[in-house]
Amino acid sequence: MHVHFLDPYQDGSSPLHRLDARVKLLLTVAFILVTALTPIGAWPVYILLFALVIAAQLLAELGLGYVLKRSALALPFVLSAAPLLFSVAGDALLTLPGLGWVLSVQGLERFLSLSIKSWISVQAAILMSATATFPDLLQAMRALRVPRLLVAIFSLMWRYLFVLVDEALRLMRARLARSGESGLAGGKTGGSLIWRAQTAGGMAGSLFLRGFERADRIYTAMLSRGYDGEVRSFPLPPLSAADRIALAVGGGVLGLILLLNFLIR
Amino acid sequence: MLLSPFGMHIPDGFLSTAVSVIFWIMSVAAVGLALQRVNKDLGERQVPLMGVLAAAIFAGQMLNFAVAGGTSGHLMGAAIATILLGPWAALLIMTCVVAIQALIFQDGGLLVLGANIFNMGVVGVTVSYFTYQTLRRILGTQRWAVLAAGFAAAWLSIELTALVVALQLAISGSAPVNLAIPAMAGIHAVIGIGEGLITMGSLAFLYATRRDLIETGSAPAPAGRLVWVVGLLLAGGIAVLSPLASANPDGLEWVAEQNGFLKLAQNPSYNLIPDYVLPGVSNEALATILAGVIGALIVAGAAFGIAYLRRRSSGD
Repeated sequence: MHVHFLDPYQDGSSPLHRLDARVKLLLTVAFILVTALTPIGAWPVYILLFALVIAAQLLAELGLGYVLKRSALALPFVLSAAPLLFSVAGDALLTLPGLGWVLSVQGLERFLSLSIKSWISVQAAILMSATATFPDLLQAMRALRVPRLLVAIFSLMWRYLFVLVDEALRLMRARLARSGESGLAGGKTGGSLIWRAQTAGGMAGSLFLRGFERADRIYTAMLSRGYDGEVRSFPLPPLSAADRIALAVGGGVLGLILLLNFLIR
Repeated sequence: MLLSPFGMHIPDGFLSTAVSVIFWIMSVAAVGLALQRVNKDLGERQVPLMGVLAAAIFAGQMLNFAVAGGTSGHLMGAAIATILLGPWAALLIMTCVVAIQALIFQDGGLLVLGANIFNMGVVGVTVSYFTYQTLRRILGTQRWAVLAAGFAAAWLSIELTALVVALQLAISGSAPVNLAIPAMAGIHAVIGIGEGLITMGSLAFLYATRRDLIETGSAPAPAGRLVWVVGLLLAGGIAVLSPLASANPDGLEWVAEQNGFLKLAQNPSYNLIPDYVLPGVSNEALATILAGVIGALIVAGAAFGIAYLRRRSSGD
């Protein structure tokens, strides 16, 4: 297991941690699908979905702040939906003085709905990556019939991700030390824009070059350990009774919420 | 560091389900084709190479340089991957990068992952490939030709990816089309220059150190005629469509009309059951209160469950 600041997995032994990664992946995707299918302005359903994701966070024993704090990082994209406030025609709520833009009730409803749906979905995804290790998720992908070659590339990528991120950070520290870049936001930087871009380009180039060379060494090492192009893996263990129950209950609740979408409308 | 407000990674919630599903299907088809080609053409040596280079692209996206006023340029990587490895392997690599960003770092959503793979993988790689190949054919094999073709491929890949993102958002009704397209196109015309400069810088570096990598990567198209036609149609379609939609009011209306049609097509699915079917919960306010109570019960249930488990385990 890698211990690295980038890895979002939080070690624990909560009920959610113990749940099979296949169940977690399926339920997370189903949850996000149900959230996406919830119509605009269906506030009661949003409340229920939010309660579900909060309950799951409690079950994960991460502390409520963990997921909420991380989910805030994903929010800036909401900006791209902000023009909806003014562009959706409808009952005027208020008019911006000077600009003459009209904020409509429908626009506000649409903007808030999109933001809330997005926020709820991102919490579910954060929860999954915090309670399932990536190797377990790979196994889940295999169970869900993701092609083996793709899973093999995934696993090699994960193996060397941290190595190469470390190299990238070392390159950046070296540049900082040689004043190619200021460490402070808005601080003075060396050289012209083109020069800085070229430096960054050279760093990326050397990163790729190291990647190529490393891949050669890995391939030789794999050959010497009997690699013949075939990606082999252990058979997947069967789901335990508890996992099956969790899958059924989770699926049932999500199904009910989907039904509620139709009824409340 | 990995996030930016005008990013290419669409989060969940911003694309309609219909659009998400359509792009999932297209991405799965493209990635399936790429897996087949890579398996056939490149052999087993490619598996570690693609894994490591996917990691390198991911790490390379962290490298940035100061532009002005606290903003910085950084790399998406579709162009450099395409130039070094050819379109099929590059598509797989971009797929892995985008998928890991969504699965682990929540940079982009899961339901919209198909669309994100399509944008940064299929569109980014296709545009880079055809731009680079065409320019190399015209300009020749000198250093400046490689660099110029690399810059153009990188800039165009960013610009067209951004336009496709804007179109997807507009069709989903998540952003008004007359704002989304000029905004995305304008911002990414600038961001694309950063991408182009970094791509050029790394090509210059690789040209000086390992020229063979660049030459092998630009070997004659392994793809058939069909791919050329599809790729050209795709790039041409987007190129014609988007300026039309952004500059010409008729184009705007046209897309808006499509948008309206889509909404009409989606609405009936929610109107199958009339308003007041759930007996006693016909009132919106009542439904909200009820949902609040049920939600509170769910959360309380989870909290009690945890407290119970904790007490039991500490009692052991």
